[in-house]
Amino acid sequence: MPVQDFQVVLGLEVHAQLLTRSKIFCGCSTAFGGEPNTHTCPVCLGMPGVLPLLNRQVVEFAVRTGLALGCAIQPKSVWARKNYFYPDLPKGYQISQYEAPICLGGTVTIVVDGQEKRIRLTRIHMEEDAGKNVHDVSADGASGVDLNRAGVPLMELVSEPDLRSVEEAVEYLKELRAILVCLGVNDGNLEEGSFRCDANVSIMRKGATEYGTRCEIKNMNSFRFLKQAVDYEVRRQVEIVEAGGKVMQETRLFDTVRGETRSMRSKEEAHDYRYFPEPDLPPVIVEPSLVERARAALPELPRARAARYQQALGLSPYDAGLLVSDGAVAGFFDAALAAYGKGPEAAKKVANWLTGDLARLANEAGTGPVAWRLTPAHLAGILKLVDAGTIGGPGAKQVVEEVFRTGAAPDAVVQAKGLAQVSDESAIEAAVDRVLAASAAEVERFRGGNTKLMGFFVGQVMKETKGKANPAVVNALLKRKLEG
Amino acid sequence: MTAANEALTALGLREMGERLARRAASSRELVDASLARIAATDAAVGAFLKVVPERARARAAEADARISRGERRSPLDGVPIAVKDLFLTKGVETTAASRILEGFVPPFDATVVERLEAAGAVVVGKLNMDEFAMGSSNENSAFKPCRNPHDLSRTPGGSSGGSAAAVAARQVPASLGTDTGGSIRLPASFCGVVGVKPTYGRVSRYGVIAFASSLDQVGPIARSVEDAAMLLGAIAGHDPRDMTSSTRPVDDYLASLEQGAKGLRIGVPREWFQGGVDAGVERLVRDALARYEKEGARLVEVSLPHTRYGIGAYYLIATAEASSNLARYDGVRFGLRAADARGLKETYSETRERGFGPEPKRRIMLGTYALSAGYYDAYYLRAQKVRTLIRRDFDQAFAKVDVIAGPVAPTCAFRLGERTADPLQMYLADIFTITCNLAALPGMSVPCGVHAETRLPVGLQLVGRPFDEATLLRTARALEREVGPGPEPAALTSARGGAA
Repeated sequence: MPVQDFQVVLGLEVHAQLLTRSKIFCGCSTAFGGEPNTHTCPVCLGMPGVLPLLNRQVVEFAVRTGLALGCAIQPKSVWARKNYFYPDLPKGYQISQYEAPICLGGTVTIVVDGQEKRIRLTRIHMEEDAGKNVHDVSADGASGVDLNRAGVPLMELVSEPDLRSVEEAVEYLKELRAILVCLGVNDGNLEEGSFRCDANVSIMRKGATEYGTRCEIKNMNSFRFLKQAVDYEVRRQVEIVEAGGKVMQETRLFDTVRGETRSMRSKEEAHDYRYFPEPDLPPVIVEPSLVERARAALPELPRARAARYQQALGLSPYDAGLLVSDGAVAGFFDAALAAYGKGPEAAKKVANWLTGDLARLANEAGTGPVAWRLTPAHLAGILKLVDAGTIGGPGAKQVVEEVFRTGAAPDAVVQAKGLAQVSDESAIEAAVDRVLAASAAEVERFRGGNTKLMGFFVGQVMKETKGKANPAVVNALLKRKLEG
Repeated sequence: MTAANEALTALGLREMGERLARRAASSRELVDASLARIAATDAAVGAFLKVVPERARARAAEADARISRGERRSPLDGVPIAVKDLFLTKGVETTAASRILEGFVPPFDATVVERLEAAGAVVVGKLNMDEFAMGSSNENSAFKPCRNPHDLSRTPGGSSGGSAAAVAARQVPASLGTDTGGSIRLPASFCGVVGVKPTYGRVSRYGVIAFASSLDQVGPIARSVEDAAMLLGAIAGHDPRDMTSSTRPVDDYLASLEQGAKGLRIGVPREWFQGGVDAGVERLVRDALARYEKEGARLVEVSLPHTRYGIGAYYLIATAEASSNLARYDGVRFGLRAADARGLKETYSETRERGFGPEPKRRIMLGTYALSAGYYDAYYLRAQKVRTLIRRDFDQAFAKVDVIAGPVAPTCAFRLGERTADPLQMYLADIFTITCNLAALPGMSVPCGVHAETRLPVGLQLVGRPFDEATLLRTARALEREVGPGPEPAALTSARGGAA
């Protein structure tokens, strides 16, 4: 009962790894994996005497993202040191931005239950990632430190507490991820941790105007875990309040195995990060020319693209949403449509394949359009073969599967597999005759008024012709013979 | 020590270069003479933390081969030199005079070391200093104190004490030090040699172990202004690996060196002559100013009203940065680790407890406090505001004058142990040098005579406009022409029999 009496209030902090080839302050590779400590150098190892050298692409990516989200790009932003001790943090401080981040404000628009809602961003800042502690690496129980990830560039996007349900939070994350992937600044990979989020969760009685005390939840690397963690946390907070207690401000860790959050550190134990401006790096100056270049190069964003698909191409909101949720799929759609035809009818056909059979095949193969052997031109070719009557629906399915697997040319597949439709009346007529002769009872009932049996006859003829007969010709012949 | 060696070690940087050029001496001879002088005198002086004879002789042989092929790289090719142990030297242990870095062998060279070696200079060893450059007497070295070659009972000043003492003791013709609040100028003054702290950003800090990143700057120490200018020219200039290094072109410091003082407007800050300066020191400084006037310079009284806040602001900013810079010495990746410690926290605390000496610990605590939540605004932020005001003082003064002159320190070299019990007294040695770092300006110390009572050398401090090291050096040279170089290291000449 009580949970319904409360309003959930959520704010998210998203850490998105930027798709640069080298780290933020040195030339080391950002590639995922690799033997421990192979993507390291004196700079990212935090050796004495080293200095950070800014990778300018990080700034460009942040500007690009800020523009796409409607943030105010700051002409001057400042690096800061966040000081704390941990073995995976080589310098004993993380270079981040604090008082003067590169982007302020901005919004992400989400749709929940058909309603648009604008979620405000507080800020976007740039920072370096830490390494990773690896426990029990040797027999004596010693821990190791892998610094391959130390110094990988991150962007932190902080939202205002504008989200009112887990569903909104998931929509927000999906939308944000689609935008970042579309911008080419992030790969959207939750499992490898290149897109991860912390949630600030609080509750207040419905109708109240003052937010409750929030807890920060860490370690949720999938949408499912986010939902589990927030649901758990909300129940926990409601129980406390219902019992007359007070929620304490703290950082809590989500335990993915037990599906619970547990206290990591209280407000009193919270680190004093002793932020101060990083003296080894000058402020980041973003010239107006950089902003203009980035603005001119902005791609069409998922939401705008979906709107275009609905308005100009007549796609349903559902289909449009599916297509744009992955920029590569939308790109494939655009290319296939361009190669195939124009207008709503053509668009619908291309969309059906992409959201149907191709989505299934891609899912089975675990690959995105970039890796597909089937190209947009292939799909357009297959659709044209259907239009020309060369193949039928069942044939087209087989061709698509085969081209997806092998990358062979569609007409070659039609040939090799003998999938061409038979439209020649004389060839089909023989099969029709055989079917009618073998089904005297059904013919009798049809003529007695049971016209639903037409479907049965068509099916039998298709079976007889191994699916190759042109259904239109079969229909016409049966009609003539049964009714004539 | 042979007489021939003695003659060679008395030579300056330029003179050695000239001998090499006309093949009157080989690099091997110069390096051997330097090594012999170190062997004979360093037990008494303690300027070196490490001497690398084999490496140096091999490099000298390479230089000789180049010179004999007519491929001399620069006027520094084949000349022996030494660097403060704060500079990373590939393959040669670098400790910052701290136990916590004992045994640390860097995998790369500091940019300035790389530049000197590319010019052909031969590094003969690493010089003593205060631990992590924190100190004004070299007594904070974790390994051994360094002594003043003019009086072995006295300190050479710090933190670049070894760098100044080695040059004064004729162990090397020139050296590199670093200056965060006076760490080149103070020892240069105490040891009677020339020391330059360039404008912040003029010389790369890459590969220099950081003390206070916004204040640290690398500079030369030599026995003549010309040698210091030569060395500065060799290390200055933009380094793409240091984003705080300036892209401004480097002036030809030698070209304007002999232009004299005529026509210069020399600022004399009122606040630097308001008591607290030893009478003998003040007399020498005033004598130097009078000489400038005689040479045709005009003395202009200027005011630097925020001078008295300098020490306070400095010890907040420098310690804040140091507390962060020294966090990497945690026993995880390099240097000392308390191997017997159990667990993470104990490893941190035991490693740092054993590895850091009292002064770094004191400064880490001060700096951590200054940055703490609730204190940041009152301490760090306010100190930064003072810094802005100090810079403004100088900007206003430089609207009227070309260079500012005054004492380097209130006294000449003090005795070992004299101030170790009272850190505040020690910090006051930097009262006149610190504002120059806070304002990011170039400053230097040039010998201006010998103290009437103590017979110890005294330096005149000159401070210039940003990146105007050329005027600074020219002004210093004008005085040097009048008063000559710093004194011979009397303590070593008389004590040689015993020390050798």
